[in-house]
Amino acid sequence: MQVTMSVNGEEVTKEIEGRLLLVHFIRDHLGLTGTHWGCDTSNCGTCVVWMDDEPVKSCTVLAAMAGGRTVRTVEGLEVDGVLDPVQQGFIECHGLQCGFCTPGMMMTARALLDENPNPSEEEIREAISGQICRCTGYSTIIRSIQWAAAKEAETPVTVGSAS
Amino acid sequence: MQVPAPFEYERATSVDHAIALMDRLGSEARLVAGGHSLLPMMKLRLANFEYLIDINDLHDELGFIRVTDDEVRIGAMTRHRELLESDELAAVFPIFRDAEKVIADPVVRNRGTLGGSLCQADPSEDLSAVCTTLNASCVIRSGDGERIVGMEEFHVGPYETAVADGQMLTEIRIPVRAGGSSAYEKVERRAGDWAVVSSGAAIWMDGANIADARVGLAAVGPNTTGIPGIAEALAGQPPSDELFAQAGAIAAASANPSTDMRGSAEYKTHLANELTQRALRRAAARAQEA
Ligand SMILES: Cc1cc2nc3c(=O)[nH]c(=O)nc-3n(C[C@H](O)[C@H](O)[C@H](O)COP(=O)(O)OP(=O)(O)OC[C@H]3O[C@@H](n4cnc5c(N)ncnc54)[C@H](O)[C@@H]3O)c2cc1C
Ligand code: FES
Ligand code: FES
Repeated sequence: MQVTMSVNGEEVTKEIEGRLLLVHFIRDHLGLTGTHWGCDTSNCGTCVVWMDDEPVKSCTVLAAMAGGRTVRTVEGLEVDGVLDPVQQGFIECHGLQCGFCTPGMMMTARALLDENPNPSEEEIREAISGQICRCTGYSTIIRSIQWAAAKEAETPVTVGSAS
Repeated sequence: MQVPAPFEYERATSVDHAIALMDRLGSEARLVAGGHSLLPMMKLRLANFEYLIDINDLHDELGFIRVTDDEVRIGAMTRHRELLESDELAAVFPIFRDAEKVIADPVVRNRGTLGGSLCQADPSEDLSAVCTTLNASCVIRSGDGERIVGMEEFHVGPYETAVADGQMLTEIRIPVRAGGSSAYEKVERRAGDWAVVSSGAAIWMDGANIADARVGLAAVGPNTTGIPGIAEALAGQPPSDELFAQAGAIAAASANPSTDMRGSAEYKTHLANELTQRALRRAAARAQEA
């Protein structure tokens, strides 16, 4: 079957099998390997991308289900060479060690800040509670997101999907 | 790598279209809503179908929460997140927000639906316990029209419902009765996990005394009911810890859990008792506040 969707603002059309999962479509058919693939059981959250502006676990969505919809991956965070404040925050506050969980963490963080520009620590913990990090103990991830929130309060950025 | 066996993908654009597709494709077709129960099962090859009919485009038609004075109607495609965030729903039935806060995690809640949860009929599933507590009825549509069944009839057994081939759940309807409130209590091993045990409670007050009460349990065995014995014990009495302890014991006696990786049968029976008491206390406090 043929599927057409917008990925990071670009329309893509591919011939796929109905059973293809969105995570494999993104990584193997589009070559966007920033989105990671971990547990395969909707638990770890490293495969999180946006579908129609909401974070979803792409190992549990069919590529066909994303047909006609808008997808944004971690590659879509940076715009014209400028890092998203969330990406900057992860650099400033050491929000990653091995980096495996990072794409999913950042996509969830971006969605949280778009909705709630000034989240409490508890709200951040809740937002990333469906995602697992085996390295950082989460504290630096939370600080990274707080850094991004503070940065945006100072310099408002235009957020939302890249499309 | 977990990948489902091959199937043909179809997308329905309306309820009528979904039913026409099911009629045409027969018993080898299955609906996919959020996909967060079905796709994991298909990835593990615990379920295989020749056709999947995607009903996500039906969110416009079946994604709704309508609150009136005597009834609440919720569409089958309403997502967990929408159930969590609806202030209107929380005002009449706070049990929904209590439960949704602890169902899966925020990202899964962006996808999973009310209809998928009920139709999956997993004995550990939380919204079935909520709907049982509130005495909801389920509207099932087919090419021949609509029929309405109560939760006890809806749940035929674990992973089995009254929804037959060619039929779909379109909405649930919950009666609103004066003087009532509700609450949900769940124990899980870690954030976002399925229940070790959960208990939902609804109480209706008549002045200072309890007029009626219902309790719905999850993860303590198949076919939970509203536990009529609890209503009998509580009716006509003022709320008290002693009374709720009696209700907890009745809940524990009607539970039939099995030992698994989430806990021993003994522990789960203890939880059925304790969580029922807590849910009743909270529901009663809310009903008295209102
Ligand atoms: C990591 C994780 C944690 C979870 N934790 C919990 C938890 O703590 N508590 C809990 O209750 N649930 C939990 N769930 C399950 C989650 O709530 C699912 O989303 C839900 O059970 C199924 O909803 P769905 O829309 O994804 O259904 P789907 O997977 O799309 O469908 C499930 C079944 O229902 C059928 N179906 C769907 N809609 C209809 C309809 N309208 N009419 C007829 N048949 C229909 C499908 O054909 C399929 O057989 C968890 C899931 C995951 C992945
Ligand atoms: S790979 Fe999707 S949640 Fe882990
Ligand atoms: S940085 Fe290694 S898993 Fe999070």
